[in-house]
Amino acid sequence: MDLKDKLLSSFLAFENNVDLDHPVHEVRSEAIKNFEEKGFPSKKEEAWKYTSLNGIQKVDFSIFPKKENTLEYKDIKKYFLHEIDTYKIVFIDGVYSSYLSETTHDGVDVCLMSAALTKPQYKQVIDVYFNKVASKDESLTTLNTAFSKEGAYIYIPKNKVPKKPIQIVHLATGNEAALMLQPRNLVIVEENAEVQIIERHQSLTGNEVLTNSVTEIFAAKDANVDYYKVQNDENTASLIDNTYISQKDKSIVRVHTFSFGGKLTRNNLNFYQNGEYMDSVLKGVTILGEKQHVDHHTLVHHAEPNCESHQDYKGIFGEKSTGVFNGKIIVDRIAQKTNAFQQNNNILISDKATINTKPQLEIFADDVKCSHGCTIGQLDEDALFYLQSRGIPKKEATALLMYAFANNVLESVRIPELKTRINKIIANKLGVRVGFEL
Amino acid sequence: MLEIKDLHASIEDKKILNGINLKVNAGEVHAIMGPNGSGKSTLASVIAGKEEFEIKKGSLALDGENLEDLDPEERAHKGIFLSFQYPVEIPGVSVTNFMKTAINASRKARGLEDMPANQMLKLIREKSEMLEIDRKFLSRSLNEGFSGGEKKRNEIFQMAMLEPKLAILDETDSGLDIDALRIVANGVNKLRGKDNAIIVITHYQRLLEYIVPDFVHVLHDGKIVKSGSKELALELEEKGYDWIKQEAIV
Repeated sequence: MDLKDKLLSSFLAFENNVDLDHPVHEVRSEAIKNFEEKGFPSKKEEAWKYTSLNGIQKVDFSIFPKKENTLEYKDIKKYFLHEIDTYKIVFIDGVYSSYLSETTHDGVDVCLMSAALTKPQYKQVIDVYFNKVASKDESLTTLNTAFSKEGAYIYIPKNKVPKKPIQIVHLATGNEAALMLQPRNLVIVEENAEVQIIERHQSLTGNEVLTNSVTEIFAAKDANVDYYKVQNDENTASLIDNTYISQKDKSIVRVHTFSFGGKLTRNNLNFYQNGEYMDSVLKGVTILGEKQHVDHHTLVHHAEPNCESHQDYKGIFGEKSTGVFNGKIIVDRIAQKTNAFQQNNNILISDKATINTKPQLEIFADDVKCSHGCTIGQLDEDALFYLQSRGIPKKEATALLMYAFANNVLESVRIPELKTRINKIIANKLGVRVGFEL
Repeated sequence: MLEIKDLHASIEDKKILNGINLKVNAGEVHAIMGPNGSGKSTLASVIAGKEEFEIKKGSLALDGENLEDLDPEERAHKGIFLSFQYPVEIPGVSVTNFMKTAINASRKARGLEDMPANQMLKLIREKSEMLEIDRKFLSRSLNEGFSGGEKKRNEIFQMAMLEPKLAILDETDSGLDIDALRIVANGVNKLRGKDNAIIVITHYQRLLEYIVPDFVHVLHDGKIVKSGSKELALELEEKGYDWIKQEAIV
């Protein structure tokens, strides 16, 4: 049975465990129909030209884990940003781990999607927000919607700021030979509220894992959202991350994606601007080796005047790794005075590494500032000479320059401990002899 | 110390140096002057080992050892230092961390252990005070957002930290106001000694009032067309370079 058929038959089993009378189930039923019709995207589709899901579909994934697993915090501590106090929503093989988590209802809700989708007190919010910005058309998003049951639910009311950042951590134990996970997150940040979220998917063994995740983020007027995605997974773990963001007037949403590992990673990051004077920030650092593959597909849709977007993705590709950057910017006819910037710079450090980069600008307004730049290159010879002339050997100088190249993107990271951690991962990946504190 | 004989160098088949002869002994300061495009910066880069330049003819030796086959870092380990006209920005690496990396790389090449942290800090404090560099400056990313003057002062700070045998200062005076020039020159003068030598590359005589050279050479079309004492610099300041060019043609 191929993966699509397995998923379709699993949906019937899934229905035995959810409330079929809940309005959300209607949404799920619609979604599975869409997936049934469309199936997995193929390379024939323009958006999937450089990323093949054929290999993944041949794996016999378990759709639901057979038993609950536990982990000791000391064994997995390193996957958390443990240097600071945070709220934590932790899942082991897709199942919530209350032991490892720290949720709250103190002024803000940092809890579980399963609660939000079933308990009456959340019904109003779910009615207004659930599946309202996620695509009802894109097949993998609808696949996730069909199976939506568990994930993180974060609700920050007007003028509130949580006491600390929130970590969403998905751990895969490898107790199944191959496991498919479909977390569904909903983040609502009301007027003038703020939140900082760090998300990580981590496989703990060499067993196959496929995660098809959907996150919806709603940023109301004057809201401020920082979302950090840390992707440094095992070479047998694949991730399809679908993130949809709806922004209102004067809000700022920044999404940083740090891609350092995994077998296949696809980031579909979609920003929809519905208001004026807002800023969407999309930043990424990608450092790959071996046969790793990362595909960044971004969309920023400017639908009203006087808004900005800033995209800056840096990539370093070694060995046989492959990268894709496809950045689409749409500026509607009424969205005058839009400032949309997009930058994608890549360095190939191996003859066998590949990068495909494509800016896609659809601009219908005439009074806008849009700039884009894609570069694929080697390191600056003058810079290399400068470092060598100070006695730093070429190999170390090269690593140091790549570190500087990637580091540039981290300026906008607003959690200092996270910035340090990412810096260390970058230094490590590049083999920089950091005989110094970062 | 440095001996250059009939040096010809090209970049992408464009000849830039056309037979340079220069001998620099320990304890000496040499100034190299000349109009734009005469090959001054190329000469500096060739001595420091920039790969883009190809040596077509002639030789280049430090303390009798041929430099031609040495990488830039190996030349640095032997005591050559180039203060860049346009220092490169390195985001994310602080001045302090960069200096630690550079010093320890040189020590490693000489078979020494890393410099102990307290010794390193003492050295940094001492040299930064000498160049009137603020402590906060040292934790900034190397050259990133530095003003022209800050970059140059930082170059001389690096020179002070690395204590080279042969320092080449390429247009160190450009971008410096008179106060900064005095501080930088003062720093350079403190590094003068009987065991090391300095080559100062400059357009103007101004810097040479502060770093007084033993010899002045005029470069034109990739050749040294005139050498003399420090008075030659004054003459050039007064008359410009045209009379030298004329002489060269004759």
